Amino acid sequence: MAESILSLVGLMITASLVNNVVLSQFLGLCPFLGVSKKTDTALGMGAACIFVITMASLVCSIIYKFILAPLDISYLKTIVFILVIAMLVQFVEMILKKYVVSLYQALGVYLPLITTNCAVLGVALNNVTDGYTILQSTVCGFATAVGFTIAIVILAGLREKMEYNDIPAPFKGMPLVLLTSGLMAIAFTGFSALK
Amino acid sequence: MEAKKGALGFKQNTPAERFFNGLVVENPTLVLMIGMCPTLAVTSSAINGIGMGLATTFVLALSNAVISALRKTIPSTVRIPSFIVVIASFVTLVELLMKAYVPALNAALGVYIPLIVVNCIIFGRAEAYASKNGIIPAFFDGIGMGIGFTCAITCIGLVREFIGAGTAFDVQILGEGTVVPGAVGAFLSQYQPVSIFIQQAGAFFVLAFLIAIMNKIKMNMAAKGKDTSKFGQGCCSSAEEAAADKIMADKEAGKEAKG
Repeated sequence: MAESILSLVGLMITASLVNNVVLSQFLGLCPFLGVSKKTDTALGMGAACIFVITMASLVCSIIYKFILAPLDISYLKTIVFILVIAMLVQFVEMILKKYVVSLYQALGVYLPLITTNCAVLGVALNNVTDGYTILQSTVCGFATAVGFTIAIVILAGLREKMEYNDIPAPFKGMPLVLLTSGLMAIAFTGFSALK
Repeated sequence: MEAKKGALGFKQNTPAERFFNGLVVENPTLVLMIGMCPTLAVTSSAINGIGMGLATTFVLALSNAVISALRKTIPSTVRIPSFIVVIASFVTLVELLMKAYVPALNAALGVYIPLIVVNCIIFGRAEAYASKNGIIPAFFDGIGMGIGFTCAITCIGLVREFIGAGTAFDVQILGEGTVVPGAVGAFLSQYQPVSIFIQQAGAFFVLAFLIAIMNKIKMNMAAKGKDTSKFGQGCCSSAEEAAADKIMADKEAGKEAKG
């Protein structure tokens, strides 16, 4: 038991820091670059991502284990997962709106944006490729989303600091954000020693 | 009245016009700047770029043709899920074909092949062009956009590979073990590859410079009074940026109302 908990902790560190979803796998770049102007919005987006990616990993791995794998139709996983994720996001939005109003007010506006986040589908597919169990998939999904939150909040903090810096005109906007992300990616390669 | 001329003076909505429109005038990566996730992720070498580009072209052309054929059947309220199913089917097809015939490339591209589903180029073309036009122009629109994407990411891959490993299409040109013979080869073998360029950080740096160059071109064009409305903002995230701005504006408005 202790050993399995330890391996889950290892999995969490690997998924959140070493193989950081944005900076080393390039998934979920669109919200990473787009919603990182202010720390508040970045935090909200990160929290919504943690919620949705954890749910999506759980649901997708259950569907894979009990429907796709036994029927030997695992080649349909891309189609099934994308539809499940799109429905899940809608469903979560409806449930939150009806029953958990406070959470909906905090996360609701970010939910439609998450459907376009390729990290959700990427994590679900990676879980299958790596042969994780349902528990491992859920933990991995949660940790990946935490990694996303860490990265986007750091980037938002840096962007707030740099907002009024004097830089060459062609580099204003997206190029500066990309250069910052590149430097962050270099910093995050330092975590590979944790493996 | 004279018919409106399309890209490069071709008649509009003919196959040739659509092809050159995608390749040059509205190049998805370099001009519209959409589909940046795969652009960053798979361009560590030129070969990967070609593989990814051709897989995307295949999906883009066929899904455009099918969506265009079904455009009168699909009700507009459920068009988004329907488009996703069509696109995902072709992506699965590509995945199976690549697994069977080019397993090495499939292993190198990994999860990014199934992730073609969420590539905004494909969805964008389905929504903006294929759902409004006939089958043949839609098919060639897909081919043109796909080849434009392939050329762009192959070039980015080539730059990263050349600086980062001293190779071009896996042939060693700079650095130790160069294929160039004689004195020139001896000189070229002095090169020390800057390995950061084939790592993740290099992708961000190369793209940053690419967008900066496009911004410069855009500014020069605007200074000369040319039309720059076709150029994208630098990422598919511009829509999300707008949404985030709106969220912030709403919040501030709420605060002011309370105060």
